[in-house]
Amino acid sequence: MSESAAIEVRAASRHFGALRAVDGVDLTVRRGEIFGLIGHNGAGKSTLFKMMLGLLEPSGGEVFVDGCAVHGRDFRAVRRRIGYLPENVALYDNLSGLETLQFFARLKGAAREQCEPLLQRVGLAAAARRPLREYSKGMRQRLGLAQALLGTPRVLFLDEPGNGLDPQAIRDLYALLDEQRAQGVTVLITSHILAELQERVDRLAIMANGRVVATGSVEALRAQVPMPLTISARLGAADALAARQQLAALAGVEVSIEADGLRVRCPRPHKMAVLGVLAGFGPGLLDLGIREPSLEDVFFGFSN
Amino acid sequence: MIFSQILTLAAKEFRDRMRNRWVLAVALVFTVFSLVIAYFGAAQQGQIGLRSLEFTIASLVSLVIYLIPLIALLLGFDAIVGERERGSLDLLLALPISRLELLLGKYLGLAAALTLSTLAGFALVALLLYRQFGWPGLLPYGGFMFSSVLLGLSFLSLAVLVSVLARERTRASGMAIALWFFFVLVFDMLLLGGLVATGGRYGGDAFAYLLLLNPADVFRILNVFSLDDLRSLYGLDSIVPPALAKPWLMMLVMLGWIVAPLILARWRFRA
Repeated sequence: MSESAAIEVRAASRHFGALRAVDGVDLTVRRGEIFGLIGHNGAGKSTLFKMMLGLLEPSGGEVFVDGCAVHGRDFRAVRRRIGYLPENVALYDNLSGLETLQFFARLKGAAREQCEPLLQRVGLAAAARRPLREYSKGMRQRLGLAQALLGTPRVLFLDEPGNGLDPQAIRDLYALLDEQRAQGVTVLITSHILAELQERVDRLAIMANGRVVATGSVEALRAQVPMPLTISARLGAADALAARQQLAALAGVEVSIEADGLRVRCPRPHKMAVLGVLAGFGPGLLDLGIREPSLEDVFFGFSN
Repeated sequence: MIFSQILTLAAKEFRDRMRNRWVLAVALVFTVFSLVIAYFGAAQQGQIGLRSLEFTIASLVSLVIYLIPLIALLLGFDAIVGERERGSLDLLLALPISRLELLLGKYLGLAAALTLSTLAGFALVALLLYRQFGWPGLLPYGGFMFSSVLLGLSFLSLAVLVSVLARERTRASGMAIALWFFFVLVFDMLLLGGLVATGGRYGGDAFAYLLLLNPADVFRILNVFSLDDLRSLYGLDSIVPPALAKPWLMMLVMLGWIVAPLILARWRFRA
């Protein structure tokens, strides 16, 4: 596998009877990037995730993490180098946060001394000695994250890490992930809240029907789907009518007059032409907004 | 296989059962029942107090044969399926531990809890027997306690197998209860029924060997054959051939009942 790859999936498949949950997937995640994996429920992302973690054996193909085959003899070495936060993990109610971390640290071969600073890092220092049954959902999620960071992992696998977190905690989570990335750690992340991923991943893959249908940065994926931009402009009533007339002459541009102004939907290549027309109104143009297709739009463009 | 991983898992499991007072509760149940049976077991005959050693052990055997399998099955049925439902099984399996280590760690931790509560629960009667009969009384009672532990471990092994096979916790609990019914209530009746229905023409010779297919029966043979009086009391002399009337052999069969379900569990616990 190539030196720059943190995760390399080669022609990996997993079949459950007649169902091809993962069907010949090739995927490379580079070292030190935050990589998103998205798809509808049942698209195969959980199965692929589990194959990368070595929890499911592939029916065909191979998976390498940090240069080692996940299912080979080196499984212990691989697993020491990964951190994993499963979706909705409940952990053990009878143990305290600190005891939970110490338990996982022992199993992972990580230093016991790491536990308290990690609890502090995820904001659980004050609750370290309280039993987990008293933890809120968000606190459990933060403890799960601390657990994933035990033993200085090289690759982090985070399944819906924003679950149960409030907006501030989500911001803290991504700040922590940026820190990790700065240290060369690779982060693979799934989320169904696409707006959450949009600004924060370097690249992502979209899965549908067990296959990866697109890979790239959000920008690159946007460029691949012919999604119209939406431009809204506020003009005086007379200008709005004139503008509509001029814009309607451009091919592929849809114009409508709404309560708050002019709404223009145009193909990306016409963006500058539309802006040129609107700029022609000089001070008559009172406000302007451009909405690029969101990751959600791109996602639906690919997965449908 | 790395032993320290097994030990870490086992220690956590054991500590869990200590902390939620499971060990204490079961030990208390055993203590109360064993005292009541030892002291009032002959109340129907108008006697109370400790009777002969043989009678005390025989009464306790009939208690243990119902109670220990049930407790062991309840203790272990969610060992794996519980982790699966909680979502923590994937997390454990993504750590540098093998599936065998996980199974053994779980099993040994629960086994330690069960063993401790069994020994603690029957200790008070041991003390009473010691005061009454001295050391000679303790030896057969020690054998009884040891075989009770083995009985518990064999049913715990079956419980762990159930916890690997079942996809949901509720199903696992149903399977565990069904196993208890089968081995403790139904098995002997089926065997006897078959023997009577065929007028003893078929399976008469095999009868004693068929008993070995049930760890509860192995436990019974083990205890009955350590005491001469009980042999004739139960009439087991006539059905158990001399070839099987060896405690060490029965002990080996019991070990088989502990190991075989675990091997099966490991085989079914696949990626």
